[in-house]
Amino acid sequence: MMKEVEGETVTVPSTIESAVRVETQHQQLPPRERLEQVFDIQNLDAIYGSKPALRGVSMEVHKNLVTAVIGPSGCGKSTFIRCLNRMNDLVPGFRMNGTIRFQGQDICGGNVDPVSVRRAIGMVFQRPNPFPKSIYDNVAWGLRVLGMKDNISERVERSLTQAALWDEVRDRLKASALSLSGGQQQRLCIARAIAVEPDVVLMDEPASALDPIATQAIEQLLHELKSEYSFVIVTHNMQQAARVADMTAFFSISRGAEGERWGELIEYDATEKIFTAPSDKRTEDYVTGRFG
Amino acid sequence: MSSTEPRSLQRPKDRLRRRRLVNRVMESLAWLSAAIGVAILVIVVFSVAKQGASALNFDFFTKSQVPFAAPNVHQGLANAFVGTIIIVGIATALALPFGILIAIYVNEFAPPAIRYAVGFVLDILAGVPAIVIGFFVFGLIVVAHGQSGWAGGFALAVLMLPLVSRTTIEVLALVPNSLREAALGVGAPRWRATLGIVLPQTIGGVLTGATLAVARVAGETAPLLFTSSLVTNNIDWNPSHALQTVPVAIFELSESPDPADHARAWAAAFVLLIFILFASLTARWLATRSRRKLGRAG
Repeated sequence: MMKEVEGETVTVPSTIESAVRVETQHQQLPPRERLEQVFDIQNLDAIYGSKPALRGVSMEVHKNLVTAVIGPSGCGKSTFIRCLNRMNDLVPGFRMNGTIRFQGQDICGGNVDPVSVRRAIGMVFQRPNPFPKSIYDNVAWGLRVLGMKDNISERVERSLTQAALWDEVRDRLKASALSLSGGQQQRLCIARAIAVEPDVVLMDEPASALDPIATQAIEQLLHELKSEYSFVIVTHNMQQAARVADMTAFFSISRGAEGERWGELIEYDATEKIFTAPSDKRTEDYVTGRFG
Repeated sequence: MSSTEPRSLQRPKDRLRRRRLVNRVMESLAWLSAAIGVAILVIVVFSVAKQGASALNFDFFTKSQVPFAAPNVHQGLANAFVGTIIIVGIATALALPFGILIAIYVNEFAPPAIRYAVGFVLDILAGVPAIVIGFFVFGLIVVAHGQSGWAGGFALAVLMLPLVSRTTIEVLALVPNSLREAALGVGAPRWRATLGIVLPQTIGGVLTGATLAVARVAGETAPLLFTSSLVTNNIDWNPSHALQTVPVAIFELSESPDPADHARAWAAAFVLLIFILFASLTARWLATRSRRKLGRAG
């Protein structure tokens, strides 16, 4: 159910309708050369201590698209997107080789402040992790910290509306965020992420802890919001990737001669191609359920 | 033999008496030990209260000490209570922020090797005898500047520091990492994430640690003998002077030949005991409350 309110799209999640809409939403992609790049990743290696987690990942991420990262457990999907906003910096012993360019700038360059990187590249995590504050403050905290102090209430309302949560919480903005259901909490986390106006939102299995209805609400959101943001979403659910993503990257585990294992990018293409005519046998085995 | 008797599920009859006996003896021993532990506390509280009862009155809290006074002179330990409040206050004001900062560094910023090393050093510091710390502060401050409330407060602060930072490290470690990531994920610098999101989660735990530390050092005598014991008997709020304190007063009064002084020592000990019991109860209450809060956030 959609209604136009002063040019803004307010979505009231309604399971059946959104399910139908989601299935039919894939648009024809323009040729890749014409798409604007947000990330240009070249030869990315990620290493925890002495254990390689990812080797030789090269791909581009395009603006205003939803890019899904799929693959079996342990293939480095989460490690990969956590590289994109330097969230792995916090992990002791983590190292990274190769380059990640975000809008042309190396995010690991000498003068780069990881805080500014994370500001431009927001993140939504696997488990909803609202701050133990009120619903309002969850969204407003980031705004205050980043000095976006003009019209905080308006910004909060807009973000909550975009995250399709406003109607459910407008009467209890002062209530604790922890009183919300899991699905509502995750939408609050999305509102919190988009409130600070990042260019890209990274999502690490955002629906894996949610029930199907909440999952649908969040998938619906991606469609609503991708005209304004670019999304990279990790998912272990292939149907979800097929429903929401324009582009899909398939990662898999490779094994070396001495038994060491690492994640690798196998194939990256338009979602439809990955799911209907993959060019790599391993991708085909995975998407048809023969492996993984 | 085609069919056998069903396997017996009853207790074997032999040795049953012996096993019951051993069981009963061990159970009684355990019960007795617990009872003795409780009894010791009860006896201490009651005997202290009984012996101090004659001195416990309104004057005890409002009047100050009068040495070699005639029995009908109204006197109390107000000067010692004031001194203890000021010196413990100074100690808390020094140890609390410093201890919290140590804990923040150790838990949020330090690499694992330093985290381990600092934790180890704090444990050693917590184990240093109070008299050694008193002697250390004596050499550090008192030799050059004389005794004072500041010196006493500093000595107690050294005792409090490991207690405060240890408990704060423990509660910081309970804050889920997902909250730190959430704060950094919206583009907050680490200090803002620590100050605005992580630290508020630990307030209950920090207060618990602080309360226990206060209760612990309020009764310390040895460090104060070196640093704040050459005192006048006036009520004195100025920490530049040496201030009388409750534990030092107990020590001195107990050595006096006057039985009325002994009663006052018992009364002071009773007040100290009650304060420590009350502080421990407060700490427990704060701890359960904050654990409940953290549980919800997890």
